[in-house]
Amino acid sequence: MSKQIDIKDLDIFYGDFRAVDGVQMQIKPRSVTALIGPSGCGKSTVLRTLNRMHEVIPGASVSGQVLMDGNDIYGAGVDPVNVRREVGMVFQRANPFPTMSIKENVLAGVRLNSRRMTKSEADDLTERALRGANLWNEVKDRLSLPGSGLSGGQQQRLCIARAIAVEPEVLLMDEPCSALDPISTLAIEDLINDLKDQYTVVIVTHNMQQAARVSDKTAFFNIAGTGKPGKLIEFNETSTIFSNPEKEETENYISGRFG
Amino acid sequence: MLTTTNNSTTTSRTLTSKQLPKATPWVVAVASIIVAIIISFIAFGGFNIPVVAVLAGLINVVAVFAISASYEGRRKATDRVATTVVTSSFILACVPLISLLWMTISKGGAAISFDLLSRTMLGMKGVLDQQYVAGEATIAGGFYHAIVGTVLITAMACIISIPIGVLTAIYLVEYAEKNRLGKAITFLVDVMTGIPSIVAGLFAFALFSTIAGFIMPDAAGIAKTGFTAAVALSVLMIPIVVRNTEEILRLVPMDLREASYALGVPKWKTIVKIVLPTSVSGILSGITIAIARVIGETAPIMVTAGFAKALNWNLFSGWMSTLPTFIYDSQLRPVSPGDAALASSERAWAAALVLVALVMLLNLLARVIAKVLAPKAGR
Repeated sequence: MSKQIDIKDLDIFYGDFRAVDGVQMQIKPRSVTALIGPSGCGKSTVLRTLNRMHEVIPGASVSGQVLMDGNDIYGAGVDPVNVRREVGMVFQRANPFPTMSIKENVLAGVRLNSRRMTKSEADDLTERALRGANLWNEVKDRLSLPGSGLSGGQQQRLCIARAIAVEPEVLLMDEPCSALDPISTLAIEDLINDLKDQYTVVIVTHNMQQAARVSDKTAFFNIAGTGKPGKLIEFNETSTIFSNPEKEETENYISGRFG
Repeated sequence: MLTTTNNSTTTSRTLTSKQLPKATPWVVAVASIIVAIIISFIAFGGFNIPVVAVLAGLINVVAVFAISASYEGRRKATDRVATTVVTSSFILACVPLISLLWMTISKGGAAISFDLLSRTMLGMKGVLDQQYVAGEATIAGGFYHAIVGTVLITAMACIISIPIGVLTAIYLVEYAEKNRLGKAITFLVDVMTGIPSIVAGLFAFALFSTIAGFIMPDAAGIAKTGFTAAVALSVLMIPIVVRNTEEILRLVPMDLREASYALGVPKWKTIVKIVLPTSVSGILSGITIAIARVIGETAPIMVTAGFAKALNWNLFSGWMSTLPTFIYDSQLRPVSPGDAALASSERAWAAALVLVALVMLLNLLARVIAKVLAPKAGR
């Protein structure tokens, strides 16, 4: 239940503007890969191309290949809906569906994809997903209350539970902790550690300590200046990136020196 | 040492300042009104409402400024004058609304009866009204047929315009992505919003006369039906529904759509199961406002459905009356001329009361719907 992702010569465009240029990466199954870099360098954009969420923005397009266990998700005849069922995503801002209860939120992916479930299957799945997201003990007594009544950190874990309830192969996280307090952040980082036993996890983060704590490999993106495309500067083992990076640019960013 | 002495000399600035008692503005307002009434009696020899109102307003503003400026200082005086002007404007804006409601309720309330609500104008004769005005009989006639007509025509207009309006708004928000068709529709909707209602009525009548003329060349007049009126109302209603729904749909955060897409949910299902449920309260209250807007239309009904005296449940054949056309007709062409026209006038006021009550009920319903269906953040 986990796939390898090969990114080959990936260029990403917003209209005519080239946002990201020539990305080459190989993401191993059952690992955590962190994407770091300054704002606007294209790391979120790269993440969003991995489940074809990129094209939700009008005018956005991609050239190059993204292979998931050898299958190009940008190949002819590929339905983005099917890709997204394999590749789940957690967003920067927790976004539980406001009209649904906690339980309905967890089951939303499955229900909306018209899979029929018996009540006991649904209960099972709810518990499994919420346990998987480390939220079960906090919400088991109020599953029928609206998801928007939870705290920010709980909402974010609810979104993770919702994402893993559809049993994806890959889980993408776009700055999942940027709006959370340190305790909720810790809970989610622990969760990421557990998730990598089953999923390929790719996480975008601004917090370098977080990248160092949770990831196996780290990719550093940078941008030469406004209006220029973002580039993948270095992709390496996390320990190497943070202790002994190959590129000077990476070293400067990691240590807080720029230019 | 030097700094401390400096400090002690500059502490003449205090945080407290003189303040007028809280009731001052009200006392001044009442005093201004009394003074205005006295002036009115002296200068105009009687109680004259417009003169008193204007005088009281002017005296109030000047008095408030003078009192406040002499005691509290210039800045607070200016503030008080601004408050006074804003409050007076609000009261002024309420005057027409309250007097309209008062008129309708007092005149309509006096005239209304269960008989009027349950009878039609079928077989109405001037003699009956003359007897009523002479005090020899109770009021005859009624507007049950107009209530039925209003409900049927408005319901049909809703059946036509709600699906078209809501689906157009969904297209504009979810699919158009600022393409040419989307811009063209937005422009046309804006133009439609400004169409005079009589033109919408003429359009619907011309449309159905043409169609009827093809079927039965001799009888173009059969185009005057309740359905034609409903189409005319739809022309007025669709742009309102589109505009309101579009605004509400744009308020649904992109986050929610993306969350749904990321779960592998197709676009149409995201719209049906996520976007619409999230915005349903807003859409429904927008629709209710559109209904309230067209339910009082008179001109388009007159040219499309005529004036019926009898009850007609069939939208597709024969003339129909609605409450607005009934009011118009009663006031303009009373059943009996002379003093007995009073009876027609009373029926018109009763119908007006029913119409106002219907519109208020719809607005109330919109609020209840919005409240009940709005996403809750329970804990």
